[in-house]
Amino acid sequence: MLRTALSLLGLSLAGVEAAGEPTQEPGPRSEPPPGLALFRWQWHEVEAPYLVALWILVASLAKIVFHLSRRVTSLVPESCLLILLGLVLGGIVLAVAKKAEYQLEPGTFFLFLLPPIVLDSGYFMPSRLFFDNLGAILTYAVVGTLWNAFTTGAALWGLQQAGLVAPRVQAGFLDFLLFGSLISAVDPVAVLAVFEEVHVNETLFIIVFGESLLNDAVTVVLYKVCSSFVEMGSANVQATDYLKGIASLFVVSLGGAAVGFVFAFLLALTTRFTKRVRIIEPLLVFLLAYAAYLTAEMASLSAILAVTTCGLGCKKYVEANISRKSRTAVKYTMKTLASCAETIIFMLLGISAVDSSKWAWDSGLVLGTLVFILFFRALGVVLQTWVLNQMRLVPLDKIDQVVMSYGGLRGAVAFALVILLDRTKVPAKDYFVATTIVVVFFTVIVQGLTIKPLVKWLKVKRSEHHKPTLNQELHEHTFDHILAAVEDVVGHHGYHYWRDRWEQFDKKYLSQLLMRRSAYRIRDQIWDVYYRLNIRDAISFVDQGGHVLSSTGLALPSMPSRNSMAETSVTNLLRESSSGACLDLQVIDTVRSGRDREDAVMHHLLCGGLYKPRRRYKASCSRHFISEDPQERQDKEIFQQNMKRRLEPFKSTRHNICLTKSKPRLRKGGHKKDGVANTGMTAGEPPGDLGFQDTAAVVLTLASEEEEEEESDSSETEKEDDGGIIFVARATSEVLQEGKVSGTHEVCPSPRIIPPSPTCAEKHLPWKSGQGDLAVYVSSETTKIVPVDMQTGWSQSISSLESLASPPCTQAPTLPHLPPHPMAPEEPQAPPTLPSDSLPSFAFPPSLAKAGRSHSESSADTPQQQELQPLMGQEDRTHLSPGAAKPRWCVHFNKGGRL
Amino acid sequence: MQEVSQASLARLYQRFRALDKNKKGYLCRVDLQQIGALAVNPLGDRIIDSFFPEGSHIVDFPGFARVLAHFRPVEEEDTRVRDAKEPEPLNSRMNKLRFAFQLYDLDRDGKISWDEMLQVLRLMVGVQVTEEQLESITDRTVQEADEDGDGAVSFLEFVKSLEKMNIEQKMSIRILK
Repeated sequence: MLRTALSLLGLSLAGVEAAGEPTQEPGPRSEPPPGLALFRWQWHEVEAPYLVALWILVASLAKIVFHLSRRVTSLVPESCLLILLGLVLGGIVLAVAKKAEYQLEPGTFFLFLLPPIVLDSGYFMPSRLFFDNLGAILTYAVVGTLWNAFTTGAALWGLQQAGLVAPRVQAGFLDFLLFGSLISAVDPVAVLAVFEEVHVNETLFIIVFGESLLNDAVTVVLYKVCSSFVEMGSANVQATDYLKGIASLFVVSLGGAAVGFVFAFLLALTTRFTKRVRIIEPLLVFLLAYAAYLTAEMASLSAILAVTTCGLGCKKYVEANISRKSRTAVKYTMKTLASCAETIIFMLLGISAVDSSKWAWDSGLVLGTLVFILFFRALGVVLQTWVLNQMRLVPLDKIDQVVMSYGGLRGAVAFALVILLDRTKVPAKDYFVATTIVVVFFTVIVQGLTIKPLVKWLKVKRSEHHKPTLNQELHEHTFDHILAAVEDVVGHHGYHYWRDRWEQFDKKYLSQLLMRRSAYRIRDQIWDVYYRLNIRDAISFVDQGGHVLSSTGLALPSMPSRNSMAETSVTNLLRESSSGACLDLQVIDTVRSGRDREDAVMHHLLCGGLYKPRRRYKASCSRHFISEDPQERQDKEIFQQNMKRRLEPFKSTRHNICLTKSKPRLRKGGHKKDGVANTGMTAGEPPGDLGFQDTAAVVLTLASEEEEEEESDSSETEKEDDGGIIFVARATSEVLQEGKVSGTHEVCPSPRIIPPSPTCAEKHLPWKSGQGDLAVYVSSETTKIVPVDMQTGWSQSISSLESLASPPCTQAPTLPHLPPHPMAPEEPQAPPTLPSDSLPSFAFPPSLAKAGRSHSESSADTPQQQELQPLMGQEDRTHLSPGAAKPRWCVHFNKGGRL
Repeated sequence: MQEVSQASLARLYQRFRALDKNKKGYLCRVDLQQIGALAVNPLGDRIIDSFFPEGSHIVDFPGFARVLAHFRPVEEEDTRVRDAKEPEPLNSRMNKLRFAFQLYDLDRDGKISWDEMLQVLRLMVGVQVTEEQLESITDRTVQEADEDGDGAVSFLEFVKSLEKMNIEQKMSIRILK
């Protein structure tokens, strides 16, 4: 009834029915459609993508459900749960549709599901660890897999000869060998899924995991060789075919690796030139890596090896070239895709197992295979480890061997390969399918469930995350060089020698070629650690509301041995966030998304605490850049400039109360001044409007109390104020341009080393044009204490905060901290100093900049300073008088904390 | 010298003879400097210097082997409990660290001063980082390890800063077993 009523209205329920019961015929079609349909249901046009999306959704929801209970997921690996879910879903589908659908298709698996997982594992592979253990990994991957394949195949054949396998399993020696080759390979997906939750020590993990990735080449070759032998029939196989088989092993593996390297090179090179189209950077990474996979697949080389090497090879350069946002995007997308693919694989594996039409059971074969793969895996590991331990510096002990043997999980690759078998060529295919399913289920479920307790029981050394320190990083490098040198002296060209050589080659040629010049510096590892530590300190400082640094003692949370003060959760999170290599697929949703978290934390903290500039929100409409319009920038500059002025009085008072500190400690103040400037800003913000005149007066107060240079500085500032907004605009646009030139497209008012192009304001105001070079000079100077990146990060957070800015003065006025200094009386004092000091230095020629360094900085570059002040605080002053300035900071810093 | 196995000792002696161009029975700096790869090693000169104890310009084979013995891997038998009187083997963790430490500590005053740290960092970090940035890294590095606040890193502080690192593994070369 209802249906007829609806169809009268021009609505067809066909789609609904099709969705509910795919087998049923669509609704009544006989009657012609009554004119123009208001609403049409077109299920069939969207069916395929809709189903794909639906499956992914189901898988994701299942994941969410699993993780609702912490207790379940801590006991049962996710892969087990997914397989079981798949079994249930498969059963439902079977019951509803009366036939098995939505199975794991080998084509889908190899072309769509496997690449993301392999790319993720290759890209985030801890390369140093990987190459340190390359010998062991290769041995297990090549020798181990060959051993497993041949022994398992031969033993099964022997079992059949002994009559323990039912005679209905029609398989010869070659068939068993083929089966052995596909069942012997340790599966990267399964290993990753289980081991990422176990957290064994890094060496053990990298050996098992590296083996599972690299043995793909061997598996592919063995599988192909064996299946072609089976097709030819054992009688026709010539001796040359065996030789060809061996040769193809090298072709497939080395070829795959070569394809990977070529694409890694292309990828790195491409990302070098994406400065103006940052948006497509993540896409490039995925496209070229996928192209590597497909190319290798097309040439029937080892595709897994190709993607692994591509990810491994390109990471260093790509990470250096792409912007930080792109880096985050790549990381998240890669993890999402890999996690998604993994989920679907395990679920489909469960569903596929339900289809009983595909398989045939033989207990002898199944049990025999299970026993043999376990036994030969263990035997192979023990034998190989014995050989390897003769060569290894750190021998693998018995417990390691047990875990390695037990961790040899089989997975979807074996299943996909066995499905690919041709039933006409391999009559025992159904038996093999059943056996493979059992083996996969057994290894993933039984071994996956028990490996965690086993690791605990055996007291396997777990991985320990500790935060990197500059000392460790530096000394590690030193040790590398020492070892390389000692190998030179001893005259033995070992691993350290070659690594050293490679690093020199990389530094001399590869990095020069593949890295953007601006990115080159940042990728220095020591620098990188330094940068991260600084960011962390600044954040934790802000996080703690500026109370960390009392005048009695400075304590930086990221410093070991002195973490006396309470650390907030964010600090801890951040600390964990940068620990070591990222081995997990899951990391992204747990702890380690450090940078993003940093941004978020900083954003929220500042959002509540900072004065909001008066400006309107403007949507960015460019698809290529996320840029602000000039008006916004100008507003921001005014805002920051005002902030800085408000801060000035605090600084001046603080200068007089310097405590004596040892040099390094003083510098510490420099590291953190971001936080200080910020908190100071928050506290010192007066309610209401900020007039220029007003702020200038404040600065003058400062001037009277400061030394000579400072005086010229402030008077200069005042003079600049006459130029008013015009000047401010100039500074803004200039800095912004610098920001663009330097390669980060995030627009931020931070100093850059790259020379700015002449700005329009410079053209309009000829007397300013001489400052272009100076600006360059100064901006490089200002990077002295705060690394450029840190400034970038800081100003990013400020700008992001401002982009969310609500109308001004919505927040309650904070403490009016402006000291009640006599402002107006001081004002007349400035003009006399102005001609004497500031004018000559105003258009300071760049050639003289070096000589009159301190002067030029303080006087001629006030524009830069002004806008930098909120960020940079007072560090410019340090160069003026390094000895005296540092104590000043320190105290200033403390003050800021107190505020 | 009983620590280094006979085979390694023989290999070392062979190498010693090969380095000793004029068959004079000892090595001087030039002999080591002619090793090509050492010239491009940022710490090459310092490592060469470590072969020559204070003042001397030559090193004989025992001295040569003694320096290299620092890099012998630590083995099971080395970790057994020793007499207090018995000197620590050259390849112990402490001695490995001491070897590294004296590469930093140029003036041999038992402390890595700020300047010494800066010099090492300059060697290690490379040209891409400006001098100012280098200085701030140095500040940070020194202050990170400096516990007593004297602005320098003593040997104990040095050891402490590396307590989490597997020195036995990182400062060993298999060939010297």
